Amino acid sequence: MGWLSSIDVLTWIVFLPALGMAAVMLLPSASKRAIRGVAVLVTVLAFALNLYVYVAKFDRWSGAMQLVTEANWIPAFDIFYRVGVDGISLPLLLLNTLLFALAVPASFGIERGVKGYFALFLLLETGVSGVFVSLDFFLFFVFWEVMLLPMYFLIGIWGGPRKEYAAIKFFLYTLVGSVLMLVAMVACYLDAVPHTFDLLKLQELARNGQLDGTRLLHGGILLGLPFQTWLFAFLFIGFAIKVPVFPFHTWLPDAHVEAPTPISVILAGILLKLGGYGMLRINFPFAPQAFQDAGTFLALLGVINIVYGAFVAMAQTDFKKLVAYSSVSHMGYMLLGFAAGTTWSVNGAMLQMLTHGVSSAMLFLVVGVIYDRAHHRDIARFGGLSQRMPFYFGLSSLGIFTSLGLPGLAGFVSEAMSLAGSYEKFPTLVVISVIGVVITAAFFLWTIQRVFLGPLDEKYASLPEISAREVVSQAPLAVLCVALGIFPVLVLNWQMPAIETFLRLIAPK
Amino acid sequence: MADIVFDGGDFARLAAVPLIPLGAFFVQTLVGRFGPRKGDWIPVGALAIAAALGIFEFAKCLTVWNPGFRVEWKEAFDWIPGPAESRASFGILYDNLSATMTAAVGLIAFLIHLFSVGYMHGDRRYASFFAHLCLFSFGMLGLVLSDNFLSFFACWEVMGLCSYLLIGHFSEKPSAAAACKKAFLTTRIGDVCLFLGIAILWTRLHTFRFTELWDAVPRVLAENGGAYPGWLVTAGLLIFAGAVGKSAQFPLHVWLPDAMEGPTPVSAMIHAATMVAAGVFLTARAFLFLSPEARIAVALVGSFTAIFAATIGICQTDIKRVLAYSTVSQLGFMIAGIGVGGIAAGLFHMVTHAAFKACLFLGSGSVIHAVHTQEMPQMGGLRRRMPITYGTMLVSTLAIAGVPLFAGFYSKDAILSSTLVHAMEHGSILHALPAIFLFTAAGMTAFYMFRLILLTFHGEPRDAHKFEHAHESPWVMTVPLTILGFFAVTGGWIFGENWFLELGKGLPGMVVAEGEAAHHEHEAHGIAMWGSIGVAGAGILLAFAFYQWRKFSAAAWAERWGPVHRWVKNKYYVDEFYLATVVRFVMFLTAVQRWFDVWIVDGLVNLVGGIGRAAAAVSGWFDRWVVDGAVNLVGWLTQLWGGVARLFQTGRVQTYVAWGVAGAVGAASVVLWMA
Repeated sequence: MGWLSSIDVLTWIVFLPALGMAAVMLLPSASKRAIRGVAVLVTVLAFALNLYVYVAKFDRWSGAMQLVTEANWIPAFDIFYRVGVDGISLPLLLLNTLLFALAVPASFGIERGVKGYFALFLLLETGVSGVFVSLDFFLFFVFWEVMLLPMYFLIGIWGGPRKEYAAIKFFLYTLVGSVLMLVAMVACYLDAVPHTFDLLKLQELARNGQLDGTRLLHGGILLGLPFQTWLFAFLFIGFAIKVPVFPFHTWLPDAHVEAPTPISVILAGILLKLGGYGMLRINFPFAPQAFQDAGTFLALLGVINIVYGAFVAMAQTDFKKLVAYSSVSHMGYMLLGFAAGTTWSVNGAMLQMLTHGVSSAMLFLVVGVIYDRAHHRDIARFGGLSQRMPFYFGLSSLGIFTSLGLPGLAGFVSEAMSLAGSYEKFPTLVVISVIGVVITAAFFLWTIQRVFLGPLDEKYASLPEISAREVVSQAPLAVLCVALGIFPVLVLNWQMPAIETFLRLIAPK
Repeated sequence: MADIVFDGGDFARLAAVPLIPLGAFFVQTLVGRFGPRKGDWIPVGALAIAAALGIFEFAKCLTVWNPGFRVEWKEAFDWIPGPAESRASFGILYDNLSATMTAAVGLIAFLIHLFSVGYMHGDRRYASFFAHLCLFSFGMLGLVLSDNFLSFFACWEVMGLCSYLLIGHFSEKPSAAAACKKAFLTTRIGDVCLFLGIAILWTRLHTFRFTELWDAVPRVLAENGGAYPGWLVTAGLLIFAGAVGKSAQFPLHVWLPDAMEGPTPVSAMIHAATMVAAGVFLTARAFLFLSPEARIAVALVGSFTAIFAATIGICQTDIKRVLAYSTVSQLGFMIAGIGVGGIAAGLFHMVTHAAFKACLFLGSGSVIHAVHTQEMPQMGGLRRRMPITYGTMLVSTLAIAGVPLFAGFYSKDAILSSTLVHAMEHGSILHALPAIFLFTAAGMTAFYMFRLILLTFHGEPRDAHKFEHAHESPWVMTVPLTILGFFAVTGGWIFGENWFLELGKGLPGMVVAEGEAAHHEHEAHGIAMWGSIGVAGAGILLAFAFYQWRKFSAAAWAERWGPVHRWVKNKYYVDEFYLATVVRFVMFLTAVQRWFDVWIVDGLVNLVGGIGRAAAAVSGWFDRWVVDGAVNLVGWLTQLWGGVARLFQTGRVQTYVAWGVAGAVGAASVVLWMA
C-alpha cells in the first residue's frame, strides 16, 4: 500500500468523493441505505482530512502557497496536475467539505433516484474542491466544468416545478462565463513566455507587466483597448456570473427556488464563493492595473448588489426566493470590499464569503424544514410557528440574525470590516450601502414576524418540531455562527498573511 | 485622596461583571429550562454576583476619590488581529463614570431579575425570558466597561436584539410582534449612523479606543486652526444619531412607547438600567467629538423631546404609556443637559432616574399584576390594597417630579442650572431655548406623574370587581420596590453634589467654570433651584386641583380643546406620518425594483433566450428547407436521373442490341446530315 501514502493529502480530499461516486455506482439502486452510508463516509472523511490540514499541517503564519504537489499531465502543452493551498483557498475548502458533509443528512429525504443523486452529488464535491486547490489554470478550468454538469442534473431532475427552466438558465449562464474564461485562459497561455498555465507564474508575469498581450496582438492592443483590459473584462464577467453580480444575478433565484434543499445549501454556501475566489486568485492578480482602474466601477456594482438585492428581497413572497436575493445583497459586501483593496476591506470581503457560506446554508436548511412540513413557502400564509416549533424558531432566528449582521455573530465581523475598510476609498458608496443594512434588517424581521410571530394558524397546529436529523445538519452551522462572531481569529489568522500576498500582487505600481 | 492600585485581580473581577451574565445566558438557553424552577436561579444568581462585584469595585473607586480616576486594561482580547492600525482588541476602561454605571446597572438589573421571578411566574416562556433578560444585562454591563467603540457597538446591538426578543415576548399578540420589529428597526437606523461615525473616526485616526480618540481630538483641532474639521463634525453628529435612536429622542422616539408590549420587568429594564441609558452614556463618551454647533443641536433635540413627550404623557390613560412618555421626556433632559455642557448633570440624572424609573415601572407592574388592566380609568383607591407599592411609587413620583430632598430634585436641578448657565453665557434665543423647554417640561412632569398617582391610588375604586381582587404582591416583588424606593429618596444626597458634580469634572470634555463663568454658574444655580421648586409645586398643585379636589374637570378641558387634545393624545400622529411617508416610500421603492428585476433584468435575459430560440427556429427552418432542401434536391435530381437512366438498364441483351442499333443509326444520320 506504499503508493497510497505517496498521494498527497489535498489530492485525497479532492478525489475521495470521486471514489465514493464510483462506489455508489457499483451498488444496486435498491440499497439506499448503503448508498447513503457511502456518502456519509466519504464526505465526513474528506472533511476530517481537511480539518486536519487546517489545524495541523498548514503553517498559518505564511502567506505562501503550501502543500504544493506537481505531476506531469499533458506535457506537450505544459499542462500539469498542480495543487496547493494558501490562506485564501484553505478556509474555503474547509467550508466546502463541511457543507457537503452537512448536506448529506439533509438529502436523506430524497427518495427518488437515490443512486444517481448521490453519484452526481459526490462528483460535484470533487469538482468544487478541485477548483479550490488547482494551481494550474487548465486544471482549474477542467474542475470548473466538472462541477457544472452535476449541478445541471441535480437541479433539472430533483428540482421543483420549473426545474427545466431553472436548470437550463443556470447551465447557459455558467457556460457563457466558462467560454469567456476559456478564451482568457488560452490568451494568457499564448502570451506567457515561456508558455505556461501555472497560476502563480502567470500572477508573477502580470505583476511585472509581462502579461500585456504583445506576443499575441500587435502592440498589445485590440479594438483600441489594451490586452489587460480585455483580459480583465473577460475574466470578470466569467466570475461575476458565478457570484452573481448585478445584472447577471437572475439565474440565482430561479436556480435556488427549484433546487432541492441540500443543493440550495451547496449553491449558496459554496458555489457562489467560487466567483469571489476566482477574482482573488485569477481575475485581479492577472490584470492588476485594469483592476485598479475599474475599482470605482466594481465598488458601484457591489453597492448596487447590496441595496438593490435587499430591496428586491423585501418584495419576495416566497421564503426561499427571499433568502436567495439576500445572498445577492450579501455578495455585494464582498465585491465592495475587494474593490476598495485595503487590508480590512479585502479581509472582510474574504471573511464575508465564509460567514455568508455559513449563514446562507443555515437559512436554506431553515426554509427546507418548513417546506417539508407545510409543502409551500409562501411567507404570507404562515404565522405563529414559534409557538408550535420553538426550537426551530431559535435556530432560524440565529441564522437570520447572523445574516442581518448582528454583532457577536459571524456576519457582523465581515460586513463591518468590509464597510469600515472601504470607507477610506469610497465614503459615499459606503454611506449608500448602509441603506442596504437597514433594509436587510427590515425584510428579515418582517419575515420573522409573518412566519413565526402572531397567532398560530389552525392549519399548522399539528406541525412536528424540527427532527434530530435536521438538527444534525444545522447545529454545526449554528455553532459557527456564534464562534466566528466572537473568535473571528479562527479564520482571520489563517487568511491574513495570504491576503497580504494578494494585496502586494494587485498594488498599483 | 487615598492611593489604591487597581491590579490584575480587580480587572479580572471587572471582566467577570459582564461575562458571568453572558455565561449564564448560554447555560440558561441550552440547559436551564430542564433544571429545577426552569433555571431561573441561574440568571438571578449570575446578576447577584455581577452586582456584588460591581459594587465592590465601585466602593474601591470611591475610596480613591479622584476626579481624574481612570484605569485601563488594554488589549485584553484580540477580536481582529493584525498590526496596530488594522487591529481591533477589546479591553476595559474603568473611570468614575463606568464605575458608577457598573454598580448601578448591576444592582438595578439584579432587582429586576428578582422581581421577575414573581411577576413572570407561570409564564409559558419563563425559561427563555430569563435567558434574554440576562443577555440584556450582559449587553449593558459590557457596554459601560468597553474601552473601545467596537465592543461598545457590539454590546449596543446585543441590547437591540434583547429588546427585540423581550418586547416580542408575547409574540402571539400581533401588536407585540409588530412592536418588537418596530423597536429593532427604528433603533437600527440610529445604529447604522453610529457605525458610520465610528468608521469615519477609525479611517482618520486609526483606532477604536476611547482614550486614544480623546487624546487625538486636541491634536486634530490644533492642526485645523482650533476649529472642528468637517469629517469630525459629521462623525460627531452620526454618533449622536445613534444615541437618538437608542435613547428614543425625537424623531426616532416612536419605538419606545410601543415597547410597552413587553412584560413590565422588560419595560423597567429598557427604561431604567439599560438600552435608553446607553444612548446617554454614548453622548457623554463621545462629547469631545461634538463641535460647538453640534452641541447646540444636541441640546435642542434633547430639550424639544423633553417637552414634546411630556405633553403626550399628560393625555395618556394607559399607566405604562404615561411612564413610557415620561422616560422619553426625562431622557430629553439628560441629553439636553449634556448638550449644554453639563455632562456630569446629565449622567447624574441618568443614574437617579434609573433608580426611580425602575421603581415606577416595577410598581406599575405590581399594580397590573393585581388588577389585570393597564387603564388608569379602571383603577382608583388602590393605596388601601397595596400600601408598599403605593408608598414606593409615591416616593419615586416625588423624586421624578423634582421635590426637594428626593433624588430627582438634585439631578434635575443640576441640569436646569446648566441650561441656564448656557443661556446666560451666550445670551441668544437659540441658546435660551433649552432652558425654556426644560423648565416647562419639569412642570408638566410633576403634573402628569401626580395625575398617575391620583388616578391609580387615590379616590374611590372605579371598578369594584377589579378592586376586590387587588392584593399586595409577594416579597420577591416588594423587596426590589423597597430598595429602589430607598434610592429614589436618598440617591441625591448620597452621591449628588459630591460624587457626580465634583468627580464629574474629570470627564473628557467637561469644562470647569472659572472667573465670570463661575459667577454665572453660582447665579444660575440659585435661580434654577427656586425655579424648579416653583414649577414642580405648580404642577403638583394643578394635578391635585384636577384629579383630587376636582376643582376642574379633566373631561371638560379635553372637550374644550377637542382637536388639540386629540392631536396630542394621538402622539401628534407621528406614527401615522411615518407610515404614510417613510414606510410607504420604502415599499414603493421595493415594488419598483422588483418590477425592474422581473421585467427589465430578467426580461432581458429571457429576451436573449427568446432571441436565441427564434434564431434557432429560423436556422432550423433554413436548415430544413434551404440547406437540407438543396441536399434533398440534389438527391431527388439524382434519383430522377437514375429513374430515367434505369429505363435503359433492363438487363436484356435484345434491348441493348436494339438501343445499340438505334444509336448507330442515329449517329450515322447526324454525321450524314452534318456532312
